Amino acid sequence: MNALRLALVGAPNCGKSTLFNGLTGGRAKAANYPGVTVETRSGHFTTPAGRPIDLMDLPGIYGLNAQSADERVALEVLQGRMAGKEKPQGLIVLIDAALLRTHLHTVLQFQSLGYPMVVVLNMFDLAERDGMQIDVAKLEASLGVPVIPTVSTRKAGREAFLRRLDAEIEKWAEIEPVAQDTQTLRQTQQAARKMAAEAILFEPPMNRITRGIDQVVMHPLAGPLVLLTILFLMFQAVYSWAEPFMEAIEAGAAHIGAFVGASVTLPWLHDLLVDGVIAGVGSVLVFLPQIIILFIFILSLEASGYMARAAVMMDELMLRVGLNGRAFIPLLSSFACAIPGIMAARSIDSERDRLTTILVAPLMTCSARLPVYTLIIGAFIPPETIGLFNQQGLVLFGLYIAGIFSAIIIAFVLKRTATRGSSQTLILELPTYKLPTPRDFFLNLWMRIWAFLKRAGTIILSTSVVLWFLARYPTSATSLKESYAGMIGSWLEKVLAPIGFNLEISIALVPGMAAREVAVGALGTVYAVQGGEENTAGLADVLQSAWSMPTALAFLAWYVFAPQCFATLATARRETNSWRWTAFMFGYLFSLAYIMAGLTYHLASALGL
Amino acid sequence: MITLDQVKTGERFRVVGFSETNPALVARLREIGFAEEDEVELLYTGPLARRPLCFRLNRTMIALRLDEAIAIEVESWT
Repeated sequence: MNALRLALVGAPNCGKSTLFNGLTGGRAKAANYPGVTVETRSGHFTTPAGRPIDLMDLPGIYGLNAQSADERVALEVLQGRMAGKEKPQGLIVLIDAALLRTHLHTVLQFQSLGYPMVVVLNMFDLAERDGMQIDVAKLEASLGVPVIPTVSTRKAGREAFLRRLDAEIEKWAEIEPVAQDTQTLRQTQQAARKMAAEAILFEPPMNRITRGIDQVVMHPLAGPLVLLTILFLMFQAVYSWAEPFMEAIEAGAAHIGAFVGASVTLPWLHDLLVDGVIAGVGSVLVFLPQIIILFIFILSLEASGYMARAAVMMDELMLRVGLNGRAFIPLLSSFACAIPGIMAARSIDSERDRLTTILVAPLMTCSARLPVYTLIIGAFIPPETIGLFNQQGLVLFGLYIAGIFSAIIIAFVLKRTATRGSSQTLILELPTYKLPTPRDFFLNLWMRIWAFLKRAGTIILSTSVVLWFLARYPTSATSLKESYAGMIGSWLEKVLAPIGFNLEISIALVPGMAAREVAVGALGTVYAVQGGEENTAGLADVLQSAWSMPTALAFLAWYVFAPQCFATLATARRETNSWRWTAFMFGYLFSLAYIMAGLTYHLASALGL
Repeated sequence: MITLDQVKTGERFRVVGFSETNPALVARLREIGFAEEDEVELLYTGPLARRPLCFRLNRTMIALRLDEAIAIEVESWT
């Protein structure tokens, strides 16, 4: 039996993805469509009657008047205009039962596409708990399609839904959708409001808990304080909570290294495995705990409904620097990694604002810069306290601030030059506060972890091996300068010497193009420190004697700006769908890195540091 | 009749119409749920220059910028 293609559609935040994960068991495949900037997820399941279903989860849309990139994708799929994606054969239209009055017109709009469909009155339990009373049979009669009240977070709710679905979809495969004449939006709304008024027997005022929380969270004074506290907590957690786990991973990698070192006797293979593979990949895996903690925070903020509020609070500030309030979320995610940040920019409906956000996202200090910063700060900045603050901590904080301020200035300049001329809108619905659904939460977290591990296993593994080879061969080489890596590096050194970089740095920056954290491992390898980055204290000592203070500071300044991450550039290319903008991003970031590192070097030298 | 950017917190208003000047914006406002006869109330304002504006629309909450609120015409509920 051919699988029936169904699509989940509905307003943002009505529980589509929860239903999707519940039905497909979360076995979602994120699919990239070439030339298209967005992912739609599809999954597969079988109904109780044994019908195979291909289910698509589409980005949330309020109607057929799509504006932002993710909304356009949903619309293109529904209208069968998406290349490489077959039109669905039927729709499962979701609507938050508690918002029936305000959102019912979205259902009517989807109905006008002519697909066979069922309507899911989702989160029916929450609406009932609020005191909402809905005459489902009446709604069904006026819509003329099945209306199924469901709680998609519960198994029983999904099973009841599937039994109804089974009864309805029997003939769907044979139906050829015929789009109806579209009414004006105003007419659709009036029809929907009339149906809703008839079907809603009792409608209580807004959710009390949400109102209560918002009295504090949205307060003009308390609100920003809450936001700052949450951000402060988040960065604290990333640094302090992660530490024991990071030490455990380091120790684990050292054990594996020692074990492999003892059992592999073939010299070149021994070196390759210990210095190349285990040291290289291990140095990156160490940052997994920090990434997990950061994403736990970000995902909780998203799932609870707080993120939308943070975006609203930041809107005016962001607007004044030339960004959009919705850019706050992508930029916050960029502190973990610019890649999810750049992808999250899809929700910004103005193309120009989205572009500006993508262009400045790499300036947010991502977690991959931490190993670089930590190494250099540890080696060169004395751990003295100034007043209440630790000097090393201050420098680290300063580097974060440097990134944020540059982003603000650059966004400001871009909005007045390259990305000028956009009509900006906010128009953002603030969801009712909800506890995150554990299943969705862990699935999302796992997807982030898996992406990180995959990167460590592919890009970082391969660059480690290649660098190890380049630095060790040809066998005739008696010094680093004569190795392949040295030949490449000495060419680069000519360019980098004016900003205080030496041959070793020049070499390390080449594999460091793949990912920022690779530079730490690369420095370890080129300085031929036993155990490389496994023993950062050792590397720090070597750097202390090999580098001058101005060089170290210039290196830090370089890393605030340098776009040393292929994956980010590739993501920017895919999301902007433009080589020109990607080249622009690459160019402006490298120019800034060069200028700022040079300034730092000469200023520090002049000051006699 | 006043526009939604002028309302004070704590008072209920009824949507009576939309400005004709920007049809794309009106379409967007209608899609997210604003319609004639709906009940709106200003709940919160942003920390900087009292912007943006957070409204209750029936049972949901929607944040608008000033130049978006200006497109919605309202009258006192009573």
